[in-house]
This record gives sequence, C-alpha cells and structure tokens, in this order.
Amino acid sequence: MATQQTQTAARLMMSPAVLLLLAWMLIPLSMTLYFSFQRYNLLMPGMEYFTGLDNYRYFFANPNFWAALTNTLVLVGGVLAITLIGGTLLALLLDQPIFGQGIVRLLVIAPFFVMPTVSALVWKNMMMHPVNGLFSFIARVFGVQPLDWFGQVPMLSIILIVSWQWLPFATLIILTALQSLDEEQKEAAGMDGAGPLSLFFYIILPHLARAITVVMLIQTIFLLSIFAEIFVTTAGGPGVATTNLTFLIYIQSLLQFDVGLASAGGIVAVILANIVALFLLRIVGRNLDA
Amino acid sequence: MARTISTRRKVIVSAIAWLIGLTLFFPILWTFLTSFKTEGTAIAMPPRFLFFDWTLENYQTVQTRSNYFRHFSNSVITAVGSTIIGLIIAIPAAWAMAFSPTKRTKDVLLWMLSTKMLPAVGVLVPIYLIFRDLRLLDTHIGLIIVLTMINLPIIVWMLYTYFKEIPVDILEASRMDGASLRQEIIYVLTPMAIPGIASTMLLNIILAWNEAFWTLNLTTTRAAPLTAFIASYSSPEGLFWAKLSAASTLAIAPILIMGWFSQKQLVRGLTFGAVK
Repeated sequence: MATQQTQTAARLMMSPAVLLLLAWMLIPLSMTLYFSFQRYNLLMPGMEYFTGLDNYRYFFANPNFWAALTNTLVLVGGVLAITLIGGTLLALLLDQPIFGQGIVRLLVIAPFFVMPTVSALVWKNMMMHPVNGLFSFIARVFGVQPLDWFGQVPMLSIILIVSWQWLPFATLIILTALQSLDEEQKEAAGMDGAGPLSLFFYIILPHLARAITVVMLIQTIFLLSIFAEIFVTTAGGPGVATTNLTFLIYIQSLLQFDVGLASAGGIVAVILANIVALFLLRIVGRNLDA
Repeated sequence: MARTISTRRKVIVSAIAWLIGLTLFFPILWTFLTSFKTEGTAIAMPPRFLFFDWTLENYQTVQTRSNYFRHFSNSVITAVGSTIIGLIIAIPAAWAMAFSPTKRTKDVLLWMLSTKMLPAVGVLVPIYLIFRDLRLLDTHIGLIIVLTMINLPIIVWMLYTYFKEIPVDILEASRMDGASLRQEIIYVLTPMAIPGIASTMLLNIILAWNEAFWTLNLTTTRAAPLTAFIASYSSPEGLFWAKLSAASTLAIAPILIMGWFSQKQLVRGLTFGAVK
C-alpha cells in the first residue's frame, strides 16, 4: 500500500520535468521534420506546398553543404586532437607536486568560464590582429613575417580559439580521473622496473581511457554546434572557409528565410549528433548500473 | 641526495606548470589590463604591459554610450530566472528518481540526457517561428523558457547524483518515527540536499550566462544579454579595443569567480556522473 502510494507520488513529481522535456523535444522536432518536406520560404508567405525530398536533394547537391561538412569535421577533429593530447599532458603535469598548485589550477581552468563571444573577439583583435595583435608583435621580435591569421588561416584561427576554451575542460576531467588512480599500483609497477613511458602506456593511459572517451564525446556534441565563435569573427568566411553545418543552416534559415531547406539541414545535423550521442549514452548508462 | 633531486624536480615542474598556467590565463589578464588603457595605448606597438596611464574612462563610456547595465541585468534576469525555474521543476523529479526508483528510472534519465544532445540548429526554425507568433522574440520570458529547457537535463542529472548520496537509512528512520512525506522533505531531506542544490545552481547560472546560440538568435535589443552585447563589437573595424576590453572584463568577472568556486561540481555536472 505504502509503496504504491509512494510510486504514485513519485510519478507525479517526475511528470512536470518529463512532460516539458517531451514537449520541448517533440513539438519543434516534428515541425522541423514537417517543414523539411515543404517548399517554404518566409519571404513568400502562403506559397507553401509539399515537395517530398526536394529540400534534401537541394541540400546535398549544394556544394556549400559538402564544404560545411568538411569544415565541421576539421573543426571538431582539430579541437579534439589539441584538447585531448594537450589536456592529458597538462593533467599529468598538474598531478605532480607543484608550488602553488591550487593557483595554477585556477589559471588553467579560467578560459572555460569566458563567454564564447568574448573569447572570440579578444583573440581575433588583441591576439591575432595582423598589425596590432600580440602575435604579430612576437613574430616581429623574432624577425618573422607576422601572419594574417583570419585572412590566411581562418579555420586554424578558429580551431585555436575553441581549443583554448575547451582545453581546461579536458584537463580538469582527465586530472580528476588521474587522481583516482591507485598510487600503490604505480609504485608496484615502478618496483617491477617499469620506466615512465611504459608506466604511462600500460598503467596510466588504460586507467584514463574512460575519462578521455567521455571528454571526447561530450566535446564532440558541443563542438558540432559551434556558432558564436564563427558568428563574431568570420561570419563563415572568407567564402565558406569557416562555415560549419550549424552556421550554414543559420544562414539558410535566418538570413535567406528558406525554412524548408534549413529544416532539411537541421534534420541532417540531428542525425549526425545522434550517432555521437548513442555512444555517449551507452557509456553513461553502463556507469548507472555500477 | 634523493631529497635534493626531488626538490629540484619540484622546482622545475613548478616552473613549467606556472609558465603554462600563465600563458593560458594571459588573454584574460591582457583583456583586464587593456580595459584601463586609452584606445591609443591599447593598440600601441610595441604593446604596453604595465607602464601606461591607467584610466577608468572606458568603463564610463561603455555604460553611457551603450547602456551596459541594461545588458548586464538582462543576463542576470535570464540566467538566474531560468536556473530557479529549472530547480523548481527538477528537484521533485530528481528526488523521485533517487528515492523511489523504478525499473524505468534509468531509461528516463538517459532519455533526458539525450534531449540535451539535440543540436540547437535542428530546432532553430520552429522555435523561431513559434516565438515570433507568440511575440516571445527579444523578451526575458522567451529567453528564460529556452534556457530552462536546454539546461533542465543537466539540472536533473546533477541533483540526481547528489540525492543518490544521501543515505536512505535516515529517511527510513524518520518514517519509522512517524514523519509524513512532507515532514520528511522539509526536516530531513532539505538540510542534507542544500549543498548539492547550491552547486547545481552555481553551475547552471554559469552555463546560462555563457549560452551563445539562442541568446544571439532570439534577442535583438530589449532582452539582449551580455553575450549579444559583446557580439555587437564584432562589426566595426577600428579603435575600440579598450572599450571591448572593459565590457568583456565586466561580462566575465562575476562568472569567473563563481566558476573558480565550483570547479569540482563542474566535473560532475558536465560528465553526468561518468567521471567522479
């Protein structure tokens, strides 16, 4: 009796959260799906009609789509490589005894709390400006021709900015995992004559595997929808050099008002994100059982 | 001997760590310093590091010319508002899942997490159209709704992991003593749950404050928070670095301080309990 009562109460307590999230997901998503089969432009109201798969055909036939897909993969891949390798090394370093460890930690994680529009604009102007930026100053000190970052290597510039924002996240989580490693295990391996390299590859890295995977998957989900950094620095340019999938769909919907085409793109983005999400959910779910 | 080697090692490792830490922090420090320069000094070559005429002029200009305070209060209203509403919805749900779990609890939790993985751009068009028709574009309420919904899964998850750590024995003991459900919540659970709720709140305010997809796309002027305000500095080429720095410093300072306090919770909140 009592349990049944608690069960009902529990269900009642959960229902607002569940129903709201269900509505938040289902209503817009089914609208996107519906629009993606419609010829629908906000500039021509009242002219909507069913076009079947035409929007998808246009979307895939658009050379900008393939450029945006490539850009998305380069951006995600580049940032992942920098943050995962850099984050692991930095975590190993911060795990050592250090004078003022707490302060160093604060300095390292600080970039994560800077809002995306601020970090993008600060980097674009004060760091990477071809004439007055700090990088060009450093280049000139060493007698090197300063680089016009956003002119010559726009994608690399964005990768660097985004990596700066996400390196703290990777470091912090890998460091947390590192600190849960059994000291005795390390000592035992050391006594068995394991050098620092084999210690890293046979003891530390396997222990970190899960944390690194989690970082990779969570970052991928956020990195697939990078928007603000592109919006305030290059607006997708020059040409489509820094247009990722999110930005392409933004242009089609809110600048070209092509609801149908943008919706087809939105569905493609959802499918891509779901592939990543599936892996992440499996790992998180396994942890729930434990 | 071994001692001197380890001390020397510690000095070297510390030096490297400090160098990297300061390098990573440098853009923030540089922004802070530049905010006290005149526009002329801000772009000076070679750059001036500490020896320049410090001025507060930029902070005044940012307020008088572009009404900085309104954007700041927009950020506070939307970030805090969405966090409080999110907590009100999430606390009962997380409580139920932590203390009366059923076979389906795990599925519900994972499903909630999966809604977080829906790319914003996949629902941008419908949300924009619905908001336009309901006149929610560029309003506090509209932004609060969106921020609440996108962060709700994280709030539920974080609270769930905290509530899970509260020993059930205590609840049973209080039930034996004849406490009603209401009394159980008010006198037993709440005091034990407050630290978890506080850290959830902190992390969520940070996430809402820095959210920069919906805030940029759903606001123009009236409800525009700091993310959108800073973005407005992207258009004009020219001498505005000192003002950009002043606005940026004010925009990130409160959140940086909160973030430093909540770094432990950050790991838990953003990995959904998968890394502890």
